[in-house]
Amino acid sequence: MRFLRRFLIRFSNFATRRSADQRLQEEVAEHIAFQTEENLRAGMPPAEARRQAMLKLGATEAIRQDYHAEQSLPFIENLFFDLKYAVRMLLRSPGFAFIAIATMALGVGASTAIYSVIDATLLRPLPYPNPGELVRIEANLPGVGAHDIGLSIPELRDLQNSGIFQYASLSFFGTNNLTGSTQPTSIASKSVSPSYFAVLGVNAQLGRTFDPHDPTPGFNNEVVISDGLWKSAFGADPHILGKTLRLDNDPAQVVGVLPASFRDQGQTSEERSTDLWAACGFFGDPAPPPMRSTRLPFESIARLQPGISPEAAQDRLDALVASLKKEYPADYPSKGAWTLHLTPLAETLVGNVRQSLILLFGAVGLVLLISCVNVANLLLARASSRGREIAVRQALGAQRSRLIRQLLTEILLLFLLGGIAGFAILFFTRKFLLQLIPESLPRLNDISINWSVLAFALAVSAIAGIVFGLAPALLMSRFDLTGTLRQEGRGSSGSRERSRARQVLVVSELALSLVLMVAAGLLLRSFWDLFKVQPGFNPTRVVAVENSLPNPNDPKTDVYRTATQEGVLLREVLRRNRTIPGVEETAVSDQAAVPLGHSQSDRDMLPLVLEGQDVQSSQPPLIDTLIVSPEYFHVLGMTLLRGRLFVEQDLEDTPSVAVINQAAARTYWPNQDPVGKRARSDRQKPVWTTIVGVIADARTESLADAGIPQVYLDIYQRPAKFLAFYLRGRVDPAAISAQVRTQIQSVDPELPVYRAETLDDVLSSSLSVRRFSMQMVAAFAATALLLAALGIYGTISYLVNEQRREIAIRLALGAQRGQILKMVLRRGLGLTAAGAALGVAGALIVSHLMAGLLFGVSPNDLFTLAGVTVALTLVALAASYIPALRAMRVDPITMLHAE
Amino acid sequence: MKEKPDVLQGTLRLMVLKTLGVMGPQHGWGIARRIEQISGDLLAVNQGTLYPLLLKLEQQGSIASGWGASENNRRARFYRLTAAGRKELHAETRDWEQTAAIIARFFKVKAEDLS
Repeated sequence: MRFLRRFLIRFSNFATRRSADQRLQEEVAEHIAFQTEENLRAGMPPAEARRQAMLKLGATEAIRQDYHAEQSLPFIENLFFDLKYAVRMLLRSPGFAFIAIATMALGVGASTAIYSVIDATLLRPLPYPNPGELVRIEANLPGVGAHDIGLSIPELRDLQNSGIFQYASLSFFGTNNLTGSTQPTSIASKSVSPSYFAVLGVNAQLGRTFDPHDPTPGFNNEVVISDGLWKSAFGADPHILGKTLRLDNDPAQVVGVLPASFRDQGQTSEERSTDLWAACGFFGDPAPPPMRSTRLPFESIARLQPGISPEAAQDRLDALVASLKKEYPADYPSKGAWTLHLTPLAETLVGNVRQSLILLFGAVGLVLLISCVNVANLLLARASSRGREIAVRQALGAQRSRLIRQLLTEILLLFLLGGIAGFAILFFTRKFLLQLIPESLPRLNDISINWSVLAFALAVSAIAGIVFGLAPALLMSRFDLTGTLRQEGRGSSGSRERSRARQVLVVSELALSLVLMVAAGLLLRSFWDLFKVQPGFNPTRVVAVENSLPNPNDPKTDVYRTATQEGVLLREVLRRNRTIPGVEETAVSDQAAVPLGHSQSDRDMLPLVLEGQDVQSSQPPLIDTLIVSPEYFHVLGMTLLRGRLFVEQDLEDTPSVAVINQAAARTYWPNQDPVGKRARSDRQKPVWTTIVGVIADARTESLADAGIPQVYLDIYQRPAKFLAFYLRGRVDPAAISAQVRTQIQSVDPELPVYRAETLDDVLSSSLSVRRFSMQMVAAFAATALLLAALGIYGTISYLVNEQRREIAIRLALGAQRGQILKMVLRRGLGLTAAGAALGVAGALIVSHLMAGLLFGVSPNDLFTLAGVTVALTLVALAASYIPALRAMRVDPITMLHAE
Repeated sequence: MKEKPDVLQGTLRLMVLKTLGVMGPQHGWGIARRIEQISGDLLAVNQGTLYPLLLKLEQQGSIASGWGASENNRRARFYRLTAAGRKELHAETRDWEQTAAIIARFFKVKAEDLS
């Protein structure tokens, strides 16, 4: 308390510049008067009495300083003096100040930008209460290589009763056709366990969410809607509660509206903008009965009991799995080795973007490092021109520690100004920068330039300032006084040390840029290879238009229940689509079959049972299952290798047929002819399906992966609800959506049409995150190269400047100018070679760390390494060439006269 | 000639507080003079060092000051103990006495006392 009181008084004295000098002087005068009187009484003569009084008091100036130091805050006062001085020094050399601040602004601005993305995606917790308790549960069968096979209802109940979780839930994302408003719309919706909102810990702003203990087996016809849907489709109607909507022809009653701030969790942006949630028990009509072996391929998230860490929960879960296996051996064949795996929800939402972001952060960290090194280099260059000033100040009695403090203040000011400038630029260009980020980045909407980002920028500049300012400050303050003052600016004895420091800095700068350039080169090559890869299908001039059929829970209201019923609609729509001007060919498939058009998570994976295989003893493998019309293969330009494709005669009442790709043939019928073999893949209707054809592998799932087994079924035999119509020809993608809507709605006015995209766009946006990180790293590498070139230019110029006397003497003694040029260039080349050697070593480490991001190129790709090294050497030589020319043109007579 | 010992670091503070406690309000010279008198002129106070200390004590709230007139009607700044200062003096006196008593015992101790 006393300390605080004293500090506050001193601080206010300091802030108001109140001085107690007057008071002290009065008191001292009065003191001397008293003492003089006393001395007079003791019998001294007046002059002596006064002299003795002054002696007894002590040195007045020292007292004044002590007094002042007590009264105010000397540390802060000095800091202010230093700051004032620093500002004056920076203003005196505006060119230097500008370059240093701009360099730091670049480094800090870039790293802050990447930090803001990482802050939003990786660091910030999910926007739900106690987000650390949220986990995703994944069931795997590592024994047969099946992942994320889903949970059955009895398993979910076991989890719910295990005491590990507060609530566990299933959810299934899809789209529903909402009818009743002016235009039938398709909305993103989720069927969820009634406990879903209890898991997330979210309450409604109007009405309620679902009762987590609702025992209804199937849909209880209750829905909760988002604030957005409430406002857009119902005009924020305050009496919305209890209103009945029609969803895929099913009646549904609105029981609650979620708060405006609520966004659902999910891996895709479609899923995160879910507008409607329907409660479902998942164990009665329309879902299959709750058998332990009937696993629902849905997502399961849960909230842990408070105080249980995910690791501890995983241990308890493992124990539960072991006891379940013992209890129900028939449901968990030992071959499958069933396991349950918990992942913190926040991690699953970021997924594979984490690696790209960490790469970007590493790259931007290198850029920051290079800018710091560059500024340190500039500071050292300035040291030689300020040598005299510092020597004079030392000669006048400045302490070294005081000098270092002052120099460090100056450097810190420079770095902080750079950081603030970088942040300001980022802040004012944020709208533009956000457009560069691919839309597929998770939590894109959470990115903001906020206080934590500002704190990051300031902290980074301050730390960089201290780390990179200390060495220059130490070197600058270490001057041999007499030497410097006598030598009249002819370089000083400290200059050798500083010149070595500068060379070390330049070498590290070159090495760091080489690392970045190699990383960029490898990414560029990967991207190029991916871009040029033969996808196995032809996306040009094809537009995919998405549409969905109602999927009511009550089958009696479904007019497209059977393949025959749906076939009538499809044939008619296809016929009408062919009449659209410019359209040459059309086809239809389910949405999972749109090449590259969806994320890995919503692939349609169905178990594949081969004929003659013992179903009981092994869990069937899951295979990518796509439902297409016969024309699909031709429209997409896929090649038939053996057998036949689907034909008009394949119908619901004819034997079920399938086409598989080469990868599936290789995997499941190795060394056999699969044509004529039979397999079963549909879960509900165990129909034996004959393989009639094999097509060449196409990279429709992922451009980077050629060998994903796939099986194609005929849409006229297996109806699909989520459809994509393909139109090949000269069509306008902007207008096609409306044209197709007219055609479809003239057949059935209740059907919505949404999203038309050319396959070229789909293909290109499937590469968007890769393209983004490639472009960013390339930009960073170019920046690094520029900075390194500036650095080597500065250092060589400095060396030439230091050696101009030596050069003049050499020239006077008859050296050829060409030799001088070579001599200087050799210095540059030496630095570059050292930098390149270090850089290649670093690059090899980094390229192995980022191997997961590469495609078709080895991390030790000789071509990239060699190419980048040559490029760096050329740039470094060019940068040294200018000072070398200057050295060559030194006029020995003027030079030697001047000295 | 043997030098007079300087005032021990930190004890000057206690002396100032005690002087004010005993003598009531005093001006700066008065405090310095009293300290010398009480010490029997064994201590030499570099009188100037007193003033920064007085300022510090005032900022800490142990003493307060104001202008007044001296016995011979000279204008002078008088320092007096505040309530907080009095409490502090009390506590520190007790601490000091305890420390002194402990040290005294150490000086008195003889080898046979410990055997």
